[in-house]
Parts: sequence; C-alpha cells; structure tokens
Amino acid sequence: MSSGYAVVGEARGRYEAWSPVRGSEIIADHLAMEGATLPILHAMQGAFGYVPQDAVPLIADALNLSRAEVHGTMTFYHDFRHEPAGKHVVKVCVAEACQAAGGNVTSDRIAKALDCAFGETRPDGQVTLEPIYCLGLCSCSPSAMVNGRLIGRLDDEAIDEIAAECRS
Amino acid sequence: MSARIYVPGDAAAVALGADRVAKAFEEAFRARGLEVQITRNGSRGMHWLEPMVEVVTSAGRIAYGPVKARDVAGLLDAGFLDGKGHELRLGDPEEIPFFKRQQRFTFARCGLIDPVSLDEYRANGGYKGLERAIELGGPATIEEVFESGLRGRGGAGFPTGIKWRTVGQTPPQQKYIVCNADEGDSGTFADRMIMEGDPFTLIEGMTIAGVGVGATKGYVYCRSEYPHAIKAMNAAIKVARKAGYLGKRVAGSDYDFDMEVREGAGAYVCGEETSLLESIEGKRGLVRAKPPLPAHKGLFGRPTVINNVVSLCSVPFIMANGAKSYADVGFGRSRGTMPIQLAGNVKQGGLFEIAFGITLGELVEDVAGGTFTGKPIRAVQVGGPLGAYLPRHQFDTPFDYEAFTKIDALIGHGGVVIFDEDVDMARMARFAMEFCAVESCGKCTPCRIGSTRGVETLDKVIAGQDRERNLAVVEDLCHTMKLGSLCALGGFTPYPVMSAITHFPEDFGRGRPLSVAAE
Ligand SMILES: Cc1cc2nc3c(=O)[nH]c(=O)nc-3n(C[C@H](O)[C@H](O)[C@H](O)COP(=O)(O)O)c2cc1C
Ligand code: SF4
Ligand code: FES
Ligand code: FES
Repeated sequence: MSSGYAVVGEARGRYEAWSPVRGSEIIADHLAMEGATLPILHAMQGAFGYVPQDAVPLIADALNLSRAEVHGTMTFYHDFRHEPAGKHVVKVCVAEACQAAGGNVTSDRIAKALDCAFGETRPDGQVTLEPIYCLGLCSCSPSAMVNGRLIGRLDDEAIDEIAAECRS
Repeated sequence: MSARIYVPGDAAAVALGADRVAKAFEEAFRARGLEVQITRNGSRGMHWLEPMVEVVTSAGRIAYGPVKARDVAGLLDAGFLDGKGHELRLGDPEEIPFFKRQQRFTFARCGLIDPVSLDEYRANGGYKGLERAIELGGPATIEEVFESGLRGRGGAGFPTGIKWRTVGQTPPQQKYIVCNADEGDSGTFADRMIMEGDPFTLIEGMTIAGVGVGATKGYVYCRSEYPHAIKAMNAAIKVARKAGYLGKRVAGSDYDFDMEVREGAGAYVCGEETSLLESIEGKRGLVRAKPPLPAHKGLFGRPTVINNVVSLCSVPFIMANGAKSYADVGFGRSRGTMPIQLAGNVKQGGLFEIAFGITLGELVEDVAGGTFTGKPIRAVQVGGPLGAYLPRHQFDTPFDYEAFTKIDALIGHGGVVIFDEDVDMARMARFAMEFCAVESCGKCTPCRIGSTRGVETLDKVIAGQDRERNLAVVEDLCHTMKLGSLCALGGFTPYPVMSAITHFPEDFGRGRPLSVAAE
C-alpha cells in the first residue's frame, strides 16, 4: 500500500505523427482557458515531440491571433522545439551550482559519451542533447534529466548508464 | 494499525534514487508478507542524507540514510521496522544538528506529512491561518501581514503587506493572485521543495491573499523544469477543491477562490513579474515598463497580487500564530525566517530555514560543513545568477537585505552556492554575461547588446589580450547595463561580473589577490 505523492520518470520517445485533425483536437481541448497559447504549445509538443510549423496557423485561427504573434511566442521560449527531437532527450544542467560541483567536466564527458554536441540531435536521430539552466537539484549537483527522469550527483557510473540507455 | 514508513518523493531524493528505494521496499514487504504503508513524503531538506527513509516506531520516527535500493534487505534484517541499529541509522530526524538548529516556520510540515493528505495537513496546524483570515476579513488580514514585516522572498524584498494594500484598495472587480513559481535562480529550490512537500500551504497562502484583497482567481506559474512540483500542486488543488477549500464559498465562508497551475517554457526572464504576466497571457515574455504597477493593471489588465511561492507560504504561519510571533525573530528590517538553500560544492547541502541575521560564514562553514571536495571555500555566490560573488573576508556579513546591499550584493531568493579554490572567477564572470545574453528578453539595448559585448570582451581578457584596456571596457559596459536596463536581468548582471573582478583580480591577470591583502 502506498500513499503520498510521487511521479515515476516516464520514458518519452514515442510520439504521434502530426495530423491537422489531432492538432485541432488539442486546440479545442484548451479553448476555454484564459491565455491558452502556452498550454496549447505545450500540449502540441507533448503529443508530437515538437511544435510542427503547420500547427501555427491553426492556433492563430482558433485564438484569433496573427500567425506572427503565435510564431513570435513559440520562438521566444527555449522549451519549444521546431523539429522532432531524438528518440532520447538528455538535458544537462550547466548553471552555476552544477559548475561549482565539477559540472563543466561532466557535461564535456556526457557530450563525448553520447557523441552529440549540446543543442543538437545526433544525425541518426537517437539522441538530443540540451543544456538546461537549473533543475532545482543544486544541492546534489551536477544534475541531468534523461527522458524525463532526474539524476543527481552525476558521476562516471551515471554517465555510462545514460550512454547505455541512449543506445537502446 | 499497520506499520508505516516514509520514502521521500521530493525531486532531489528521486534524483538520488528514492523511487528505486520505494520500489525495493514494496517488493521486500510483499516477499516477506508484511503489511506496511509506504508514504511518499517531502524532503526534510538534508539532501546529503537523501534518500532518507523514516519509520514510525513506538519511540517516534527514526531516520536512515542515505539509503540505496540494495540496502533494503539488510535494513529489514537488522530490524529497521522497529527502528533498530544499522550503519545507516540516523535516529530521530529532528535531533540531527542541521535540523535542530533551524526555526522551521514555513517549512514546518515539509517532510513531516503526506503532502496530499488534507487530514494530515489539518492535523498539523493547516488551515488555521485561513480560518482566522475569514474571521478577520480582508482589510484586517492585510494589516496582519503588514505587521509581520514579511518582505517578498522572490528577490526584491518588497513589503508584502504594502503590495496587498495597493490591490485591496482598488475598486471591487475581477482581481488575481499570481504565484511566481518560476524559481530560475541557480542554487535555489525552496519553492520546488514546498510545492512538492507541502502544497496545501501554498494553496492556503494564496487563498488568504484572495480573501485579503478580494481576488477570486489564482494562478501558479511554475517553471517547466519542475514536473514533480507541477504534479504535486495539481493533485493537491484537486483534493482541496473536492473538500470545499477551493471553489465557491471557500471553507463555508462567503469568499470564492479557485486556482490553477500554468507551466512556464524555459525562459529565465519570465520570473520577472511583468514578463511572467505576459507569459500567462500567452505572449512573448517581454518585460513591461512600470507604471502601471501589476497591483493596478496586472494580469489581463486587472489588479493583481504577484508574490513568490515562499512569500505566500509564509502567510499561513503569520495568520495562524499572529504577526508578532513572526516579526519577533529576525535582524534589522529583515523580519521572520528565510529558507536558505545551500548548494554547489557543499558537504551538507539542502534547505536550512532560520531567522535573518546568521552570518554567511556560519552558514557555509558550520551549517554546510564546507565543500564536499574538502578543499577550502574560495567564493560564494548568493542570490542566483544576478547575485554577487563574495570572498572569504566578507563572510562576517549577516544574512539581511540591508547588510547585503551595503556590500553591493543581494540575498535574492536565498540561494548560497559554494565554490572551492579550483574555481576560475574569470570564467564565472563570463558565464554571468553569457547567461544574460541567452536569457535577455531583448527589450532594451544595454542588456541585449551589452551582455553580448561583455562576453566577447571577457573572452579577450581570458585570452590575455590587452587586459587592462578590455577590463576597462567591461567595467564601462557594466555601468551602462546597471543604469540603462529596464529590469534586473540587465541591471544586476554587473553584480556577479564586477564582484568577480573586484574580489578576485588575480583571475583576470591583475596582480596580487585583494582578498588576501584585505585579511
Ligand atoms: C530576471 C528576473 C527573474 C526573476 N525571477 C524570479 C523568480 O524566478 N521567482 C520569483 O519569485 N521572483 C523572481 N523575480 C522577481 C519578481 O520580478 C518579483 O519581484 C517577485 O515575483 C515579487 O514577489 P515577492 O514580492 O513575493 O518576492 C525575478 C526578477 C527578475 C528581474
Ligand atoms: S534588462 Fe534585459 S531582460 Fe530586462 S527588460 Fe531589458 S532586455 Fe529585457
Ligand atoms: S544549478 Fe544545476 S540543478 Fe541547479
Ligand atoms: S522590474 Fe523588477 S527590478 Fe526591474
């Protein structure tokens, strides 16, 4: 028997293919909200792994905004991807507290172990590596988020595990 | 009653393996035919001991940590369920010196209770504050918060009571309570911890704010990097709504109040209050010029209280125990307690709530126990990426808004990041400029262009190119950013940069270390 609150890391990596019908459904689910743009963009990315270009005019029409406004909003925020992500998404914290705990060396090692540069998706589509500014794990740094799962006190063993996970 | 254990569901504990530990216990209990309830609580804040597992015994709660999944069988064999001896046994968690030394006003329940159990929340003093606010009514509630001396914990330290008064005095209309849970500062996690470990406190704090100023709707704007906090808040909101603590006629009173969580999208500047409002409205997070103040024209153009998570979470204690009990502790004009977050290269990292006034040296040397690498501390950054780097000779500074301002530093949201002697301060100065360049909302030139120029110029300094002349350019840029920026992103980035240059000149190729000379 278990009570209290916990989220178990969810493996991402399998997304739906974009379709205008699905896109319109997602929009319709959020229309009653005040300021629905960000929630819709998040939901799009949740479903498709990125925000497809074709979603922009649909959102604009539904919210009575110009395409430029929706495009402007989408591109302002670091979270929203304009292209599909790799099968595995690895986000490594590069902020100060993680740097203080040797994060610079760790992030170089991760990039090498994954054979992927920060901000890029490997050409085989297997992994996307992103820098992130703080995960709130600064007391057990350096830290990372791998496919939605949090990892603190990154050491060589953890890096090996991440690399293995990203080979699967 | 069946046996009960606690395995934190806090993100830091989870990042250190708490989910695996919980699963290992569950499997072991099943295999051994034991009926044991596993509660996923918040963290007590002693992160070097996480995952810290607690068991309820006849002698109270006994803690063990840090527990790994592979320790579970051994623990059970050693009599863990009766609190018996094991090398990981820590005893009564509240007797651990790091914990015992604290004054946990705001975080009293964090780690103690089941975060989404309303019964446990109420059994531990929850909703006493709201009951009193309803009894007193709006204006008296605002005065109580004013009397407590509470100042905003998000960074600027503005008196919360004054902000509430301003919104309270606007004519009745749709008003909003917005909670700033963007917590973008490196080295901070207090907002995250309380949302995960005691979410009803935030719900209660926001509801009291609603009663105070006459607002009926609240938004929590939480950064997307905090999926655990978002889920915990959503779960608690659902429970509160079902029990009549949110919605029409809150807790049987004449007040209506409901709230929802909105997720950020990875923009640091959206922690700035007006940028945050733009973001909730669905726009780019461009900072608004003030006036108008959000208190007059905030979210959707309506009067809006915008407060940090910890500010709002301090309110239930104040209302339940009276303004005086809060204002009685503190230092100078900094009243009450501050949840200080010890991070970076730290031996005993975590959350430490204490009255203002403790010195920085006591915090980093005694409480935190220095660095985990065992090397001497060289620099401490307080207040996130816009906060100054402090050298050892400033360690006698008391934790107090005014004392920090006096030395060109800030306490911000209370994050303390420790660096050992291997740190390269020129690199940290460059990082501060780069961070500003990456996160700038782009509205004003000093911030947008100045930070990019700052990075280029510091690169030249680091490469040893015309050092003095380039450092003069950096100083000039900092001056312009400080005076010419609309908000504190551009305006405060000079703090980490200039403090690094001033206190650690040797890292910039400038002769003798000042920090040594001053001792
Ligand atoms: C660039 C920037 C980022 C900020 N980030 C945050 C943040 O993450 N959380 C927060 O509470 N306040 C943040 N602030 C401060 C807010 O603008 C504002 O002062 C605060 O939400 C007011 O709440 P308080 O009075 O309860 O502190 C930030 C300010 C700036 C300029
Ligand atoms: S200082 Fe920077 S972040 Fe702030 S308003 Fe100006 S451009 Fe935007
Ligand atoms: S700085 Fe890396 S988790 Fe906070
Ligand atoms: S807007 Fe808050 S400091 Fe400028």
